[in-house]
Parts: sequence; structure tokens; C-alpha cells
Amino acid sequence: MAIITVENLVKKFDNLTAVNNISFEVEEGTIFGFLGPNGAGKTTTINILCTLLSPTSGRTFIAGHDCMKEPAEVRKSIGIVFQDTTLDKDLTAYENLIFHAYLYNVPKNERQERVYDVLRFVDLFDRKNDLVKKFSGGMKRRLEVARGLIHRPSVLFLDEPTLGLDPQSRANLWEFIKELPEKHHVTIFMTTHYMEEAEVCDRIAIIDNGKIIAMGSPAELKMTVGGDIVYIRTTDNVKTQEEIKRLFGFDVSEKGEELYMTCLMGDTCIPEMIRTIGEGVLSVRLQRPTLNDVFLKLTGKAIREEEASEGDNVKEHVRAYRRRQ
Amino acid sequence: MEFNAIYVIVAREFKKFIRERSRLISTIARPLLWLFIVGTGMSRLVSPDTGVPYIQFIFPGILGMTILFSSIFSSISIIWDKEFGFMKEILVAPVSRFSIVIGKALSGTVVSTIQAVIILALFPFIGFKLGILQIIWVILISAALSFCLSAFGIVLATFYESYESFSVIMNFIIMPMFFLSGAMYPIKLLPDILNLISKINPLTYGIDAMKHVLFQFKTGTMSPDFLFIIDIAVIIGTSVLFVIVAGKLFERKK
Ligand SMILES: Nc1ncnc2c1ncn2[C@@H]1O[C@H](COP(=O)(O)OP(=O)(O)OP(=O)(O)O)[C@@H](O)[C@H]1O
Ligand SMILES: [Mg+2]
Repeated sequence: MAIITVENLVKKFDNLTAVNNISFEVEEGTIFGFLGPNGAGKTTTINILCTLLSPTSGRTFIAGHDCMKEPAEVRKSIGIVFQDTTLDKDLTAYENLIFHAYLYNVPKNERQERVYDVLRFVDLFDRKNDLVKKFSGGMKRRLEVARGLIHRPSVLFLDEPTLGLDPQSRANLWEFIKELPEKHHVTIFMTTHYMEEAEVCDRIAIIDNGKIIAMGSPAELKMTVGGDIVYIRTTDNVKTQEEIKRLFGFDVSEKGEELYMTCLMGDTCIPEMIRTIGEGVLSVRLQRPTLNDVFLKLTGKAIREEEASEGDNVKEHVRAYRRRQ
Repeated sequence: MEFNAIYVIVAREFKKFIRERSRLISTIARPLLWLFIVGTGMSRLVSPDTGVPYIQFIFPGILGMTILFSSIFSSISIIWDKEFGFMKEILVAPVSRFSIVIGKALSGTVVSTIQAVIILALFPFIGFKLGILQIIWVILISAALSFCLSAFGIVLATFYESYESFSVIMNFIIMPMFFLSGAMYPIKLLPDILNLISKINPLTYGIDAMKHVLFQFKTGTMSPDFLFIIDIAVIIGTSVLFVIVAGKLFERKK
């Protein structure tokens, strides 16, 4: 069953079209990813879905409720981790979460227990009484995910959840996000511009300039690039090149000491090739197409990975703090 | 009414207020400086024609000042919340905009009234003899005025996205409101145009109501300018107006 439905959504800011007529559905209990470069329209779409922005045209539904006509119902059924942190840094982790529990009208006798549960789940229980300003970027992110789960939403939005985190924390956070649909019965709608992160999704929509240019499971999308690349190094490359061309009909090229070719099913191709060429094989490697290759093929450009650095964040902080004095 | 949401918005503000000592100290220090330094200095210059020393005359005004600054500061923290993103956490919650406004206005009311009470406690040092009923009245008026000005502050805050605008609000709204409120001099002494502006300033009525409670005399230059009932009606009326306007402005989506 589709829990999110988007029909012909358009959002214009003055004369800039941030979201240009997109439609898609997200199945309940799955992880759906929006993959696209900076300014593609990912956050704008999320803001419309979570009732913070009104669309220029088109319709959006979450759990059967129209985001424009029944915002209160929609708000009850969603949790969000925004791209920029929305924690109150002058409150403790516990206070931030209990604030949320009150705001979402969690029953009195469950409030504390639910807050403790999610704190344990994100491994921050021991830090519950620390001010959030003392937390690292990864801890803040985890705390935000925890907060988004307190009111048991049916959809959790994660807008670039790993932005500004080091690779280690990114990996940890994904481990934990992967478990969410099963453990917390939520559907995940996430955005990212890290290709490798999109791999955890059940379905991906690739978005560029406000338009969805491809949609499908990671495997399906990669198939569109035309299969795997096999690299092979032998004692006699010239001879092997001819042989492969003759026997398999592949278009073989040479790069450095290696020969390489594209084949649809690399893993079954390789043993066959080795059997045929026999003795002379020195090394073989298989390169699977990445989502980056998919994006490259569709748009002719790679996804840029510009990030708002932590450094900028700190500067902004200091400036604002001075102003307050 | 979403009482849980309103309660927690107020509780958050209260917690932060208690934690931030510097904010409490500076909001208490300002009225003290005005009261004891400006008040004492001006007492030499102003010879009262109706019995109260100048330092007593400005006491209601100083209470009004305390409330004005702390209410507007409290509401302006909305801009702060917008800049640091916390406002989004509140706006995506299933809580009506009206409840958010009420919660924010009550937050300002709580912290401002506490500060007004602290200043009020100084009355014996400037020669006042107040009865319990007078004290209760002043506290009630302080709370009503705090609510009114906090709601006004929320309306202001909806127009600004970043904290940069703070000095604009300070210089062009808060200071003129203070000087044109009858706090430091009776508005009847002002030229017509300034007198008119004073009359559309809700702070004027709050201070005037306190003058009614604190002073016995009803005539003379330093006497109150309006009927007590009018003061109270204006404070309540403008409070309702500001809450409605703030609620509508909050509802606005881009
Ligand atoms: N409030 C706004 N007013 C005007 N233009 C906006 C506004 N919000 C977004 N835009 C524009 O809409 C486009 C899409 O922005 P959006 O934030 O949705 O991108 P994104 O895909 O989330 O990018 P990123 O990866 O950088 O977060 C951008 O060109 C942006 O400048
Ligand atoms: Mg974004």
C-alpha cells in the first residue's frame, strides 16, 4: 500500500522552479531515497510533504491525508530530521525529547518511558542530562532521529541525515537507520547526495533540477548503465584480447596493464573466461556499476559533493553568540 | 486548546530563563540604573507640584520598562528559534498556530512578571508604603501588561527572519515605546503629536493603571491620564488583538 503519494507536484519560488512536476509513490514499510545534487529540490519536496510549504500546484498525501487540506492529521503521522539541526542546544538531550513528547501529546504515563526507550535505542541514555551544545555532530543527529520516533510516526523523513559527519559516524548512523522500518514500523523517506548511502534504499528516485529523471531499486537503476565491468590481466594481453573478442564477442579495450570490457552478468562471465583463457590469467577484478555511473549516464555530470562544513557552522554560532551579548 | 503544548512551550522558556543568569542580571540591572541613577539625578531638577518625589513618580514607569524589555526580548527569541531551526520543530508538530502564540505569550508573561515582582519588592527603599491589596493589584496589572507586550513582540517577530534585525527593533520600536509611555514624564506635558503617539502605545495604559494603584492623588501634573477602567480595557483589548494578528501571521505559508 502506498503511504506517500505525490501527484504532479510543482513548486515555484518567484521565477525559479524548484520542483518541476514530479509524481511518485512510496510503499509502506520501505526505505525510499531522493538522490540528487545541491539545489535539486529535495528539501523543497520534504517541506511540502511535512506541511511547512504550500505547493504551487499538484497534490500530496501521507497516510491517506491531503497535506494541504488536513495538515494536522499529516503532522501527527510524520517525524522529521531536517537538513539543519533543529535541537535546542541550551537544553539537555532529555529536555529536548520530553518537549517533543508534550508537543505531540504523548499520554502522561508513557512520556518518560518512551523518551528513555528512544535514548537507549540511539545509545545516548548515559548522556541524557548533558546540554546538547556539548554533543558531537553524530550524537546530535542520533538524538534528532530519536526525537522523530517518540510519537511513533508512520513516516520518518530524513533530510541528508549524515551531513557533516565523519565516515565512521556515517556508517554507524546508516546501520541504525536500516533497522528502523522493522524495529519501529516506519516508512523512511530520505534524501542524500552520497551515492553509496542511497544503496540502503529499497527504491530511489534520482532528481535533478526539480525533475525525477529515473526511479527504481538500486539494482534496477544500475542495470540501465549496461552491466558490470570486468578487468583482466594476463601474461599475453594482445593474444587474450583477440581471443575474448572472437569467443565472447565483447568489445575489449586496454588500459594500463589491464584489459577491460562491459558484460551484463560479470560474476558468471568471469569463471567462463578463465576456463577458456586458461593458464595465462594473472588477475581478475569485477567492478559493479555505481549509482554515480547511473547519474553520470543520465545527466552527463557527476553529483557534486559540496557540504556545509562543520567549520561554517561553528562560525555562524560564534557570530550569533556575539550578537546576543 | 492544546494544554500540553502550551505548558511545555512555557516550561522551556522558564527553564532557559533560570539557566541564563546573565539575561536575568541585565534585565534587572537596567531598571535599577534608571530608577536610582536617573531617578535620583532628576529628582534635583524636578520639583513636584503634587506631593510625590520624582523617584516615586517614575516607579510605575520603571516597572513598565522592566516588563517592556523582558516581554519583547522573550518574544523576539522566536527569531532566534527561527535562525537556529528550533521553530521548525514546533511548526511541524500537530499543534495549532493559535496555541503556539498563546504558549509564547504566556512564556513572556511568566518571566516578565517575575522580574516586575523583583523590582516591585524595592518599594520600601524609595519611600513607598504599600498595602497588600495595592501589591496584588500591581502584580495583576504587571501580568496583564506582560501578556499584552509579549503578544505584541510575537507580532514583531513574525516579520523578521534573522537576529540581525534586533537593533532595528530595539532602536525604532522599544526605545520610542518607552519614552512615549508616560514612564519618565506625564504624557499630558507632551506636544500634541507625541501625545497622540503615546495614546496608541499599550505600555502607556499599563503604566497609567499602576499610577492609579500606587498614587493617591487624582489631579495635578503627575496624576494618571485615563480612567482605571479604560486602562484595563485597553490592555485586554490590545492583547486579544495581538494574539489574533500573531496567530494569523503564523499561519501564513510561503
Ligand atoms: N525559500 C526559498 N526561496 C527561494 N528559493 C528557494 C527557497 N528554498 C529553496 N529555494 C531554491 O529552490 C531550489 C531547490 O532547493 P532545495 O533546498 O529543495 O534543494 P536540495 O535538493 O535540498 O539541495 P541540497 O542538497 O543543497 O540540500 C534551489 O535552487 C534553491 O535555491
Ligand atoms: Mg536540501
